Amino acid sequence: MPEMVLLGDEALAMGAIDAGVSAAYAYPGTPSSEIMEYLQASAARYGDYVAQWCSNEKTAYEAAAGVSLVGRRVLVSMKHVGLNVAADPFINSALLAINGGLVLAVADDPGMHSSQNEQDSRFYADFARIICLEPRTQEEVYRMTREAFDLSEAFHIPVMVRLTTRIAHSRAVVRTGERRAQNPVNKSTEKAGWMLLPATARKLWAELLAAQGKFLEYAEDSPYNSLELNVKFTDFGVITAGLGWNYYMENRDELPVQPSHLHISVYPIPAGKIRQLAERVERIVVIEEGFSFVERALLGILPPSVKISGKEDGALPRTGELTPDNVRGILGLEPKQGIEGSAVEIPGRPPQLCAGCPHRDSYDALNQALAGFDPKLVTSDIGCYTLGYLPPYQAIETCLCMGASVGMAKGASQAGFHPAVAVIGDSTFLHSGITPLVDAVASGANMTLLILDNSTTAMTGGQRTILTSSRLEKLVHGLGVDPDHVKLIVPLRKHTGENAGIIRREIEYRGVSVIIALRDCIQTLKDRKKKEADQ
Amino acid sequence: MKYDVILAGVGGQGVLSVAAVIALGAKKNGLQVRQSEVHGMAQRGGAVQAHLRLSDRTIVSDLIGKASADMILSMEPIEALRYLEYLKAEGVLITSTDPVKNIPNYPDLEDIYGRIRALPSSRLVGAADLAQAAGSARSTNMVMVGAASTYLPVEEKNLLAAIEELFSRKGEKVVETNRKAFHKGRENP
Repeated sequence: MPEMVLLGDEALAMGAIDAGVSAAYAYPGTPSSEIMEYLQASAARYGDYVAQWCSNEKTAYEAAAGVSLVGRRVLVSMKHVGLNVAADPFINSALLAINGGLVLAVADDPGMHSSQNEQDSRFYADFARIICLEPRTQEEVYRMTREAFDLSEAFHIPVMVRLTTRIAHSRAVVRTGERRAQNPVNKSTEKAGWMLLPATARKLWAELLAAQGKFLEYAEDSPYNSLELNVKFTDFGVITAGLGWNYYMENRDELPVQPSHLHISVYPIPAGKIRQLAERVERIVVIEEGFSFVERALLGILPPSVKISGKEDGALPRTGELTPDNVRGILGLEPKQGIEGSAVEIPGRPPQLCAGCPHRDSYDALNQALAGFDPKLVTSDIGCYTLGYLPPYQAIETCLCMGASVGMAKGASQAGFHPAVAVIGDSTFLHSGITPLVDAVASGANMTLLILDNSTTAMTGGQRTILTSSRLEKLVHGLGVDPDHVKLIVPLRKHTGENAGIIRREIEYRGVSVIIALRDCIQTLKDRKKKEADQ
Repeated sequence: MKYDVILAGVGGQGVLSVAAVIALGAKKNGLQVRQSEVHGMAQRGGAVQAHLRLSDRTIVSDLIGKASADMILSMEPIEALRYLEYLKAEGVLITSTDPVKNIPNYPDLEDIYGRIRALPSSRLVGAADLAQAAGSARSTNMVMVGAASTYLPVEEKNLLAAIEELFSRKGEKVVETNRKAFHKGRENP
C-alpha cells in the first residue's frame, strides 16, 4: 500500500477521493479548511470531481443532498459551528432516502484555538439519530471516511465523521488503498423518500427510528469499539473516546495494573459493551475529547451502584482540550514536573492584524468618525477583523456568530439607539449578512454597515470569496439600499481623514447606509504576486 | 527510541516549514513521525508552536507531555522559554537570538539570554546573520534546522534530502540557499 504523510484533514480528503467521491462542498473554517484545500489541490492528480467552496455551510449541505439524490457520492465539510448554520438541512436529511453516499465531515475545536465556542458535534449526530465515526489516528481518518460512504449507502443515512483540532492539524503516515470508481448518475427511485411533507415525513421518521437497532448492532460489532477485559482488576475500568484514547495510551504503561478498557470510535454508543465492562468494575473513568457525551449517557445505561468519574464530577477539566498531562490525575498518576527554574513570566503574544493590513486603516477611519459619539455601538463579526476588539484599535464590541453584526445593529437601532454601526468582512457578509441587510432595509433601520472587503477569506488561509468585489456593490444596490448611501472607500493611511468624513456623514444619515472599504488582504496579495512571479 | 521536539516561534517565522523538513527527514530515516500544528488565528503574528514526535515504535499521542520533550527548537528567544515546562531535565533548548518585538511589554533580552544560558543544556544561535551569509534572510528557519541537526536522531543526508524535496518547486536557487543555511547552522557553534 502506498504511504503518504498527511494531516488528519488531508487524510479525510484522500479517503473521500479513494471512496469515489464525485463532489465535495465546504465553507472555510478552522480546523476543517484543509479538507477542501487538499481536494482542490489534488483534483488535477486524482481525477474528475467537483470540489468547491460555497457561500455558507447550509448551501454546501443542500448541494450535497442534490448529489446524493442522483446517486453519486458526496462529501460536505465544515467546522463545528458551521454545522449550526447547516443544522436545518442536516437534521432533516437524516429522514431522506439517501442514495449516493453522503458524508459530513465536521471538525470540532475544543480549547477554542480559533472559534467562538467548543461545542461537541457528537450531540448533533445523536440528535439526528445517525451514525458517527470518530477516528484517533490519521490512518483511521482515511479508513473511516471510506467506510462512512459505504455505511451511508447501506443504511440510507448521512454519516458523520467527527474530527477535533489535534487530529485535523496533526500529520502522520497514512497507508492508502485502492481507489474505488465513482458511482454513475442514478437518480433515487424512492418517490416519497425525498419529500418532507407531514404525511411522508411521519413515515420516514418512523423508518429512521426503526433502523436505530441496526445502527446500534453495527456499533456493537465494530472492531473500532474495542473492549479489553482484565478480570483480575476490579477497582476501575476506563472508557476512552476520540483522542482520549491517545492520551490514555501515552500514560498507560505507568499504571501498576492495566485496567479493563473500552474504546468508543463508532456511535450510537455501544451500550452492550459498556454493560460488559461495568459488570467487571466498581468505577468507570471516562476520558473523552469534547463534552461529557459518553459520560452523561452512562447514567441511563448503568445502575447507580457503578460509580462514574470524568468531566461531570470534575476529575477531568470541563473546558479545553485533553492533554497527556491533564488525564494523569484521574488515572491516579502524579503530575510531571518541568525542569528547575521553569516558572519564568513570559508575556503573552496574541495574534494581531498584519503590518499593511487594510483593516488597520479602516479601523483608524472608523474610530475617527465615531469620535465624540458617546455612547456608541459597533457590532462586529467573525474574521481577522475581530482582532479589532484588542488594543490598539478597540474599535468593535461584539462577535456572536456569522452575520450577526448586521441584525444586531438593526435591532439596537430599532430599540432607539444611535449610532449603531455594524462591521463585517466580505466573506462573512456573503455567508450570512445579506438576509439581515434585507431586514434592515425593509424596516428602514437607522444604521450603518461597514463591509471590509479584502476579497478573501483571510483568517482561514486566504480562500477566494464566492463573489468578486466588483459584484458586491451591485448586490448591495439590489437589496434596496439607497444608492446615494452606498459608498466605496479605499482604506489607505493617506485617505484616513477623508474616509472618516464619509463614514461620519453616513452615520448621521437617518436610514440604512453601507460603506464598502475595498483593499486586498496583504497576505493574499503577497501570495498572488508570488504565484504570478513563479509563472 | 523516542525523540520529542517542541517547535516554537511567531506566526510567519516558518515554524511549520521547520516541522515539515525534520518530519520528512525522519521518515526517510525510517522513523515513525507524528506532528501537531497550529493553524488559523494564531498564525497572525501570534505565538505559534508545533509538537513533533519521532520514534521507532508507534506514536499514540499527537501532543507531548510536560517534562517529556528532548528538545525545544525556537525561532525566537522568549518563545523558547514559553514552553520550558515541556523540556525534560536532560533535554536541550536551541533558539535563535533574534527577538520579534511585536508586543509592548517585551522583556529585557540580556535577562532572557541569561536564563537560557543557565539551563543544563542550551544553544543560542545568531540565525539571522547566518541566514544572510547563506544568501537570504528567509532561510533563517533552515539555519535552525541545521543547528538542531547534530542532536536529532536523523542523519544529515536525510535532512538535506528533505530540504531538497520540500523546496524543489521553488527552484534550484532556493534549494541551494536553504542547503547553505542548513550547513551554516550545523557548523557554527
